[in-house]
Parts: sequence; structure tokens; C-alpha cells
Amino acid sequence: MNTQDLAYVRTKFEPARPAPMSNLGLVVWLRRHLFATVGDTVLTLLGIAFLVWALPNLYNFLIGDAVFAAENGDACRAANVGACWAYVWARLDFFLYGFFPADPYWKEQAGLFAEFMAQWRVNLVFFIGLALVVPLLWPSAPFKVVNAALFFIVYPVVVFYLLAGGAFGLEKVPTEKWGGLTITLIIGLVGIVTSLPLGILLALGRQSRLPAIKYLSTGFIELWRAVPLITVLFMASVMLPLFMPSGVTIDKLLSALVGIALFNSAYMAEVVRGGLQALPRGQYEAASSLGLNYWKSMFFIILPQALKHVIPGIVNTFIALFKDTSLVSIIGIFDLLKTVQSSTADLDWTAPTQAITGYIFAAAVFWIFCFSMSRYSIFMENRLHTGHKR
Amino acid sequence: MSNDTLTPDAAPQKNDRTKMVASETEVAIEIVDMHKWFGDFHVLRDINLKVMKGERIVIAGPSGSGKSTLIRCINRLEEHQEGQIIVDGIELTGDLKAVDEVRREVGMVFQHFNLFPHLTILQNCTLAPIWVRGTPKAEAEKTAMHYLETVKIPEQANKFPGQLSGGQQQRVAIARSLCMNPKIMLFDEPTSALDPEMIKEVLDVMVKLAEDGMTMLVVSHEMGFARQVANRVIFMDQGQIVEQNEPEKFFHNPQHERTKLFLSQILH
Repeated sequence: MNTQDLAYVRTKFEPARPAPMSNLGLVVWLRRHLFATVGDTVLTLLGIAFLVWALPNLYNFLIGDAVFAAENGDACRAANVGACWAYVWARLDFFLYGFFPADPYWKEQAGLFAEFMAQWRVNLVFFIGLALVVPLLWPSAPFKVVNAALFFIVYPVVVFYLLAGGAFGLEKVPTEKWGGLTITLIIGLVGIVTSLPLGILLALGRQSRLPAIKYLSTGFIELWRAVPLITVLFMASVMLPLFMPSGVTIDKLLSALVGIALFNSAYMAEVVRGGLQALPRGQYEAASSLGLNYWKSMFFIILPQALKHVIPGIVNTFIALFKDTSLVSIIGIFDLLKTVQSSTADLDWTAPTQAITGYIFAAAVFWIFCFSMSRYSIFMENRLHTGHKR
Repeated sequence: MSNDTLTPDAAPQKNDRTKMVASETEVAIEIVDMHKWFGDFHVLRDINLKVMKGERIVIAGPSGSGKSTLIRCINRLEEHQEGQIIVDGIELTGDLKAVDEVRREVGMVFQHFNLFPHLTILQNCTLAPIWVRGTPKAEAEKTAMHYLETVKIPEQANKFPGQLSGGQQQRVAIARSLCMNPKIMLFDEPTSALDPEMIKEVLDVMVKLAEDGMTMLVVSHEMGFARQVANRVIFMDQGQIVEQNEPEKFFHNPQHERTKLFLSQILH
């Protein structure tokens, strides 16, 4: 082409061609991402050096020098020993079930099945929960309405009777004996399931044109958001009983559940409000102009879009909530972290790496749940993405 | 797409006009001594307007003259403070039931389409009939497909709005309103957000609708459309109706100074 020619026009249609090789290939990728400049090259080499130093150490501590099976703490007390997994394995029942009494018959039997049956009430809770949650979260699984009804209405009742007992010939177990991962999951799940709908109602309330509803919602949100969760838990367990008439006791777990649900619903409300505000006014107007009333336009038009926009924020709150469940230990509830912490005082297993192994285990359990939530939210975001982003 | 030309100079087609006779006795919309303020700003001043059934009115005027606000008052997306608005025999007051009743009978098409992006085209069209009118799903879908054929995009029924061009989205918006079987259709600058190539496909649909006898109020600067289908052109300035006339007289013999100035700006 003659660059001087200002009146250049193509006379033939130019077909699309594949991109030149300089855009593709491993070497190109490496050069562009790892060795683009001198600075990048230095950072890359430093990074590699760090990994070369850290990975073997980490491997030796977690696996290479670790004690996987032992009768007692002697093996863990040897010099230069890594993680003491045998201790976690030995106390696993405590970490999972807390002080929940084992079934007297199955406790005496040997074998894996007996192990399972010794805590069959809690294990049944786990398995029913899993069997209901997985299809509920699986978008293409059928019978969503039935599934949701079973999970949100029937399941809590079943859980209550299985754990608390006192009916159907089950031994009565007070909530003080519930513990470990069981209680962490109960608090986390109840918090998640109640705080989202409460938060949605509060967010809608805060946007209401009716002053009473608007100021009540705003006041509620601002009050709960401005108080530390620890204060809320203390108030619920220590202060609340003082105001109750004598003879009336409030279950510690129940008050913690209510406190955590209300506390997080305030956070959730603000996340949802962000989504509501991000929606163009035209969506509200189009819904109104078609004759949809307030609740129908919220349910069918506004909330599905607003909630989709704030999935990252919602899941962020869920994850924070799940980890904050460990704060209930300060009012004497034995959640997963508290069981791990108290078992580090176990003299049978005293060893230099006992505590750290326990905390690594607790951290890993929390991480698995939180990471799953994070991945699931990304999956849902992609699934709900319609049309093109502009 | 039909082959009718829609250039501003196209002569009105006489045979079409005869099909589009407005009723002389049945009133669709009556607005009496209506005023509206936005805060302190007097945006609509003493509006009096009577629209007969089957009439097609184009509302023109400079930006900020209150024309969009006027038609948004008719389905109460905006509240008026004084005077009366009576739509299909129902007066618009604070009574939410009356408002819902009017909104069921009045369709509205917006400048920015306002389709629901999380629903498919078909779901956009069936949501209101199913949940407002209580139409069975199968029937609502049948009606929706019928109107999607009317606007010539039945093949897009299962796509999402984000996958359609602007002109296609606006045609879906028209179909969505028609699915509620409205007696009156309001158009708020329906072609202003469209590329020139897409304006015609939307106007064609609107012409077809006019030919079928729909009562229409159209805020638009498409003067070709006004000439072809309007019974009356209304000109607004500073929140008031300053002139209204048949299209021919309005364009060729405007009375008001402001109208003359406006027409000289938009008709070159």
C-alpha cells in the first residue's frame, strides 16, 4: 500500500486469518509473563528459590517426618519429628462430636462400622444434610421445591430430635454436650440460612417509602453493625438471663444462634442494598408498567438481578460468618476450634508439635468449607451470566 | 420487513389512513387541568388533553419540555399534584388498586427498552400475563409467540436480551407490552437510542400497530412517522401544550413561534 495515498480503499474483501505465532506458544507465554524485563526475571528467580527452600521443609514437616500412627505421644516426642497426625486421629471423635455421648452398645464393639454407629445420631445428621444439600445446590437436579421444603423445614426438625433426643426413645442430650465440627456446622448453616432472607427484608425495608419501616430497618442495621460480635455473644449469654424472670433459662446455643443470625443479617442487608442500588431505575419502571405489584416485581425482576450482582459480597459474608462461628468458644460453646484448643492440653499426647498439628487440622477443615463456598459461588456466577457484558 | 418507505417526505398512504379511523364517542384518556411539580420545579402546567379510542398522537417538543413526564403520568410512573387524569374510565389517584388496574390496560415502551436481562425473550413476554393476569403458562406462551411473530423475531424467543441488537430488543419490548393485551400504548422516545439502521424496523412495527387500530401516544421526533400515522401532533414547550394540529397542518402551517423555530431545527 502506498502510504501517501490518502484515498486508499480496499477493492477486495480481506478474509480473517489466524493470529501470528508470536501471540501463541509456551515460550512466548513464559517470556511475556515471567521474563519480560530484568525486574521480572529477578522476581521469578527469587520466587523459584523460595519455593526450592520452602517446599521440602513443608513436605518434611507435613508428611516426611510426620507421625501418622502411634498408640500414644511417645513417637511424637522424639527429636526432629514433624506433624503429629496420630494425635489428631486419636482425638478425631472429640473434634467431630465434642462431648456428645457415644452409643453405649456400639462403643464396646470393634471395627469401622461400630465406630460409625457409636455416634450414629450425629452421623445421621451429617448424612441426611449432605444428601439434601448436594441436590439442592446442583442446578439441574430435579424436584427443587420438594428438596428445598425437606431441607429448610423438615431437616431442622429431624436434626433437633436426633441431637437433642428426649423423644422416640432417644436419650436426652443437652446442648452443652453438643460440640466440635457438629456445632460449627450447625451455627454456620443456621446463620447462613437465616441471615440471607432477613438481610433481604432489611434491605428492602431500608428502601421503603413508609417512614416507620424505613427507620426501623435502618436503625436495626446500624445498631447491629456497630457492635462487635463478641459483645453480642456476651450480651446474649450473660446479660439476657439477668433480664429474664427467675426460673426461665435461655439455652446458650439458641441465644448464640439468634445473635449470630441477627448480627450477620445487618451485614447482609447492606450487601443486598448495594445490589438493589446498582439496578437501573428502568427495571423498576418496566416492572410497574406491566402491572406487577411491589412484591411480584421484587421477586421476579429486582431481587434475581440484584442478588446476582452481589454474589461475591454475599459469599464473602457467608465465609466471614462461618469463620466467626469460632467466637462462640468465648461463651463456653465447644466448637471445632475450641475442641482442638482444649485437646492440646492432653497430657498423653504432649509433644512439641502437638498444638500446631491441631491448629493446622482446624485451619484445613475451615479452609475446605470456605473454599468450597467460594468455588460454588464462582460456578453460580458463571451459570447465571446471561448475554454479553457491556 | 415490509418495503414501505418511511422517509420524512413519504406521502401518507390514503388507503391506510382510512383503516385508522378513531372513535368519535369513546374516550380513552382524559386529562383535565393537570399540573405537576418536581420539587419546586413546575414541570407540567395546566395540561388538558382528550384522546379518543383508536387515536394516534405524536408528542414533540424540545428536550425538557415535559413530554416524557406527561406520558409517564398516564400510567402513574409519575404522580401529578393537581387536576385529573382519567384512563379508560378510571381516575388515577393515590388508590393503588386503580393504578394497578390502569397499568394492566396501558402498555409502555421505553427509550432504553428496559427488558429484563435475566429472563429469556419468551419469559420477558409471558411473565406479566402469567403473574398479573393469571393466564395459564401454555396460553401465555402461545400469545407471546404470536406477538413475537408480529414484531418479526419469533426465532429469538429463547435468547437473552443481551444477545439481541438494539432494534430487536425494542421490538421485543413492544411485543412484551402487547402480550398484556393493552387498550392503550405509550411510547417514550422508542427510537432515540437506536442506530439509524434499526430505527426503521421499530417504526415499521409501530405503523403496523397503528393500522390495527391501537390507541397510541408517542413521544418522538420521527416526523415521517408522525405524518404517516398520527391523527394529531402535539407540541410542548416549558411544560405546556402550545400547539396541536393534524400532521399536515402542523408541519406546513405551524402557528406558534416556538413551533416554527423547532420545526426549522429538525426539518432541514
